[in-house]
Amino acid sequence: MRFESPQTTKDAVALLAGAKGKGRVLAGGTDLLVQMKSGMAAPDVIVDIKRIPAMKSIKAEKDGMRVGAAVASAEMAEHAALAKGWPGVVEAADLIGSTQIQGRATLAGNLCNGSPAADSVPAMAAIGAKARVVGPKKRRDVLVEKIVTGPGKISLAKDELIESILLPKRPPRSGDAYLRFIPRTEMDIAVAGAAVSLTLDTKGVCTDARVIIGAVGPRIIDVKDGAKALIGTKVDKAALKAMEAACSAAATPIDDKRGTKEFRKHVVGVLARRAGQIALKRAKGSK
Amino acid sequence: MSQIHVSTTINGDQAEFLCDADETLLDVLRDRLGLTGSKEGCGTGDCGACSVTVDGRLVCSCLMLGAEAEGREIGTIEGLANGDELHPLQTKFLEHAALQCGICTPGFLVAAKSLLEHNPKPTETEVRYWLAGNLCRCTGYDKIVRAVMDAAKEMRKA
Repeated sequence: MRFESPQTTKDAVALLAGAKGKGRVLAGGTDLLVQMKSGMAAPDVIVDIKRIPAMKSIKAEKDGMRVGAAVASAEMAEHAALAKGWPGVVEAADLIGSTQIQGRATLAGNLCNGSPAADSVPAMAAIGAKARVVGPKKRRDVLVEKIVTGPGKISLAKDELIESILLPKRPPRSGDAYLRFIPRTEMDIAVAGAAVSLTLDTKGVCTDARVIIGAVGPRIIDVKDGAKALIGTKVDKAALKAMEAACSAAATPIDDKRGTKEFRKHVVGVLARRAGQIALKRAKGSK
Repeated sequence: MSQIHVSTTINGDQAEFLCDADETLLDVLRDRLGLTGSKEGCGTGDCGACSVTVDGRLVCSCLMLGAEAEGREIGTIEGLANGDELHPLQTKFLEHAALQCGICTPGFLVAAKSLLEHNPKPTETEVRYWLAGNLCRCTGYDKIVRAVMDAAKEMRKA
């Protein structure tokens, strides 16, 4: 195995493209090193992206905030403008693992690990986050929900990597939130998770909404009926109840040791309703 | 397999080592540099016994490669005391009997020091959340939390 720490995205891509066997990108390493230890991953070359300036920065752009692929979630939580503008994404990333994990784990890593229970992914999808995917010949901006194709599977080619993730600028009177259920208060993997993003007009009527649920299917689920239930309403009790029902209906969970199908279908609706209430408060400008 | 040459700073001292590409920082610290204060509990980032700081950021040294340490500033449990003078956290852990078998203690101390640097006046809830990634199978945590709160109080006076 080789270890490389290139200084530019171009060099990183060239290393992946030129890898004889399997190349793996090392951002925070909180999944990769565990996989290597258990024998699940045996890369021929590890490409550490933390020396690439574009991947280590959080930058305001015309269209939103660009978060480098190697930015740790602790750095995101400490970035005031990021936490204020996209609280749902920042709090979702902040739920992953311990303080120690927070010091290393990244949004791009959480996404590319491909876990159906990844906390930051529903939150990113709800606000329309876009991953900047760079390959040898071209770069493309891809909606986050197009990256993961199944448990542990992603749509990136062998010689492609994510350089950054754009959190698009929010319209006025917008709010987002993410909630998950775990059996304890910290240090666990989502049994179910729900992210809601919504925008209100000046009269308080919802004009746009996205409802994304996680850990209740092989991939995240975009609950369009849930969003429809909110749009055109003042996000009152009845609308939230309808959204809750739509989420429970859309969930396709498995039974496992962490939760039964019935429980997951129920609780994902409850989480979505509560996340909707928080997103509403945020859209109205209160915490 | 050729080894990687790494120059780094550990507890303020220049350090150099050779390591394999897949060798963790924890293994480098313990097996190559003789810094055996950091412990391996789980080896998968769940228990926090291997906690160190990298450029001031708390991380699990079992989830980081030794090669990544190039040019970084590493802080380990060995850097906590000032010569023979214990750090207030160490003194308070002794006073409160906040340890039994001791395997988790270095990790708790490094993590608690990092907490108090970020937040000199944490609430009990903040202490418990910050230390959620450090597992102790002996004490039931109560004495550890009390020791950290007490050390924080004393350090604010200083």
